[in-house]
Amino acid sequence: MSERLHELDRPNSYIGKSVPRPNAVHLLQGRGRFVDDKVLPRMVHAAFVRSPHAHARIRGVDADEAKTLQGVIAVFTGEDMAAAIAPWSGVLTHLAGMRSPEQPALARDITRWQGEPVVMVVAQSRAIAEDAAALIEVDFDPLPEMCDMEGALDSDAVVIHPELGNNLCWERLVETGEVNAAFSDPANTVVDRTFTFGRHTGVTLEARACIADYDQAEEALTFHYSGQSPHMMQAILAKHLGFEEENVNVIAADVGGSFGIKIHTYGDEIATAAAAKLLRRPVKFAADRFESFVSDIHARDHRVKARLALGQDGRIAALEIDDLTGIGPYSVYPRSSGIEANQVLNLTGAPYDIPAYRGRARVVFQNKNVMCQYRAVGHPIANSVMEGLMDDAARQLAIDPAELRRRNLFADDAYPVTSVTGMKFADLSHHACLGKLLDMMDYEGLKSERDALRKKGIHRGIGIVSMVEVTNPSPMFYGVGGAPISAQDGATVRLDANGAVHVSSSITEQGQGTETILAQIAASAIGVDIAKVKVTTGDTRTTPYGGGTWASRGAGIGGEAMLLASRALKSQILEAAATVLQARPEALDIEAGNIVDTGGTKPRMSLAELGKLVYYRGNELPSDVRPELIATRHFRVTDYPFVFTNGAMASYVEVDIETGMVKLLGHWVVEDCGTVINKKLVDEQIRGGVVQGIGGALYEECLYSENGQLQNATMADYLVPMAGEMPDIEIAHIETPSCTSDLGAKGAGEAGTCGAPGAVMNAVNNALEPLDASVAQHPITPERLLRALSVID
Amino acid sequence: MKAPEFDYVRPDTLEDVFVLLDDETCDARLLAGGQSLIAALNFRLDAPELLIDINRIDGLSGIVEDGDNIRIGALTRHVEVENSQIVARHLPLLSKAIGNVAHAAIRNRGTFGGSLALADPAAEIPACCLAYDAIITASSSSGNRTIRAADFFHGLYETALEDHEIITAVEFKKRAPNDLVAFDEITRRHGDYAMAGLAFSAAAKGKIEDPHIVFFGISDRPIRAVEAEAILEGARLDQPAIAAAASKATEGIELSSDTSASEAMKAHLARTLLNRALTSILEEKP
Repeated sequence: MSERLHELDRPNSYIGKSVPRPNAVHLLQGRGRFVDDKVLPRMVHAAFVRSPHAHARIRGVDADEAKTLQGVIAVFTGEDMAAAIAPWSGVLTHLAGMRSPEQPALARDITRWQGEPVVMVVAQSRAIAEDAAALIEVDFDPLPEMCDMEGALDSDAVVIHPELGNNLCWERLVETGEVNAAFSDPANTVVDRTFTFGRHTGVTLEARACIADYDQAEEALTFHYSGQSPHMMQAILAKHLGFEEENVNVIAADVGGSFGIKIHTYGDEIATAAAAKLLRRPVKFAADRFESFVSDIHARDHRVKARLALGQDGRIAALEIDDLTGIGPYSVYPRSSGIEANQVLNLTGAPYDIPAYRGRARVVFQNKNVMCQYRAVGHPIANSVMEGLMDDAARQLAIDPAELRRRNLFADDAYPVTSVTGMKFADLSHHACLGKLLDMMDYEGLKSERDALRKKGIHRGIGIVSMVEVTNPSPMFYGVGGAPISAQDGATVRLDANGAVHVSSSITEQGQGTETILAQIAASAIGVDIAKVKVTTGDTRTTPYGGGTWASRGAGIGGEAMLLASRALKSQILEAAATVLQARPEALDIEAGNIVDTGGTKPRMSLAELGKLVYYRGNELPSDVRPELIATRHFRVTDYPFVFTNGAMASYVEVDIETGMVKLLGHWVVEDCGTVINKKLVDEQIRGGVVQGIGGALYEECLYSENGQLQNATMADYLVPMAGEMPDIEIAHIETPSCTSDLGAKGAGEAGTCGAPGAVMNAVNNALEPLDASVAQHPITPERLLRALSVID
Repeated sequence: MKAPEFDYVRPDTLEDVFVLLDDETCDARLLAGGQSLIAALNFRLDAPELLIDINRIDGLSGIVEDGDNIRIGALTRHVEVENSQIVARHLPLLSKAIGNVAHAAIRNRGTFGGSLALADPAAEIPACCLAYDAIITASSSSGNRTIRAADFFHGLYETALEDHEIITAVEFKKRAPNDLVAFDEITRRHGDYAMAGLAFSAAAKGKIEDPHIVFFGISDRPIRAVEAEAILEGARLDQPAIAAAASKATEGIELSSDTSASEAMKAHLARTLLNRALTSILEEKP
């Protein structure tokens, strides 16, 4: 651990320890406070009539019968809501040329995806609202659909937004170095392949939910919200509903998972807030699973044509990719739906020293549910494409896949270095991670086992990936593009009269343990028992202003702010104690809640005594001692646009070539997320991420019919990965602290999801190698696998 | 979603159930384990006026030996079948199959009769009943009638049961200890409905007698592979017979695709299942 961390590296430090989560007990006892648990006086419930068509004109809405149903309070159409809500447009100015038309909360005139909210019903109960919704007749006139992204830019394609002229949302081109020369050099080996990635979605355990509570007297809105970014929602609600921003209070108490699903502007949620204002009473909307599948953002849906040129020594000469992605009919507000394609351009090939690169990304509109940022945005695509090509190249050049990677990874002492795609890397450790991975999995032993079993007709394969992940983003991610999204976070830390420490932070907890690591940092930096630290998050009125938890930024940015604030409080405490104890502040320290002499352990005064003295008996203190034991600090990443992390991952599988079933036998991860604050939490974040990555690789897919109907919008038909099929996932760490902060923590939340799909795909293809077959379409379903083997046609 | 409004009644006797079922003006459903019905209500795929809860009716539950027969009450939970020594000894196919029915929590509530009445084409229990020539007892105010499993399944969620009838029991003949038996299914996740499944039973006296090859999850109902059965009938179980039977596995069967597999995939999996099942029997009984 780095020298600057000395205060966290003391014997009683909680940093690096697997401290149990203080909030686990209340969740396990069923005492969580999720939005749907909350009941407010006079609260009513919303349900939505959603479009059954992918594309249709709305000729009229007949709600007469619904309005007469007992218990129905109001029915709102798109026109009604347009009068109450300013529309939005999901465009970021730094993504040059991006276009997306204004999006209404409820569809007006034309509906553009199956599942788009069209009519809102508010009633005494959700059941009554659903009864009424079933009685509403919407006169739809179906229009031709534009669903297949491959045809979206054809000259005869149906144009979803005629005012834009075509279905292109955004296009970006990048070119560096002598790409053409590298691919045309006869001395180079070229591998090429087209990869496709199906749509999938986040499937949070707690579905999206909100309660909007309007206070007419104060012209204020309290928004209880299952989400990740309270301050962003505060700005959006104020702007689009016409509130003063300070009059909007967003509260995110317990949140049951989010994975990037709950960080966007959803028409049904904004309409819920508008309804509360119009009806002057609290309105609850809690999405059911059907609604979640057709309205929670989807992710991925990419087709990437890629090729790689290598010299005979196995060194990469050039990389070229062409990404096409379908995002539904609108770019999602306020983050836009261009970031995933942008990440694919930025991250493909990121671990490697590549001299020449050409990339093109095209983001197109289509009549399917909207697509936006979900856990590990763009990473699994970038990683699977590059690592798939690397394995193709290894086969062609007859070089061991691990060795081929070793020849091309940036050296561990090369940093800082800028990649061919323009990414500025620091503090990475690819070779150390790969070496540790190969040792941990017994690479040579597994290869021998695989080869021996092949002779018996058992088809096993090993897949390896090296990876880079974006974490701790600076304002260069969103703020620069005009979105109301903060890239800095703050922490407030105060000492109470009894010696307890109350901390609050603008980063948020969705089940991953944010509050635990905040308490660990504060307890360690101040010198108190962690049981004495109480944490508040998820309230725009009481926490510092900040961005919330997304893009693996909680520990790195919010954690650093907590460290800085805790140090500041400690200085205040020692200043006050020095006066009382007639010592110099530098000669004092805090140990287990007591003031001690620096280097000593003998209590000279407890924090409770000091607190009581300062707060109750200030008359005993000299007049220049300020009764101030509270500090706030904020932190943002400077000098680097992102703090990149790296790792290596491997998968071992067995393929049943008669049924197409893939059995996951083992999975290994070595990750370098800098300083590990809580090993158990980091490991479980990585495991969860691996499982979601495996979901994308083998199971999860939003299956659409040709005319844009989602075919599998239930938990029986949409296959989330289940524990029974998951392999043991072994995890190890390399710790290279980030130079951008004192804490040195980088993000860890998305590593698993980044690397797992490529590792599994490479393992499957390795198993299929003797049969001269391979797959490059995610998820790798049994049927796709058997088609690749020509077992069925 | 929330279930639409319905009335609920919990009668104590079958006679009370019959009275309710005989009321043709009332659209009623029987509530047994509720593992499919409640989901259908919550999805608003079904909106009956009345739920008749049969869980408190005596005598509908349990597994009893009766001479050469085993009788399984309609309200018997899957978990009871799973743990039954009688079933394990005399109905080995059922014993092999039952652990594949969904997940433990569902097996704790779901009922034997409920699975038959629902007639999901990918469910295990209907397939086993067909493979074992089970006799289903349907009761009503006009008395009991018995329906052979072969005549019971009419199509996707369609059965021979009349609206005013309730399944009360299912009878099986005890199987001989040297019966040939195999059960297998292909699911992407444990506990899911099968992409394709096979329940196989035959008598063996040197040669194969009375083979029942039942596929599930590949058509609109559990269905016997009669062409493949004809090849096995009276044959010695050997590799050529297995290959011949497997090649005819889906001959004459109308296949149904779903989001998990195309018809071609279903046919391939059916052939693979039959091949594997018979091969494993051959290897076990040299």
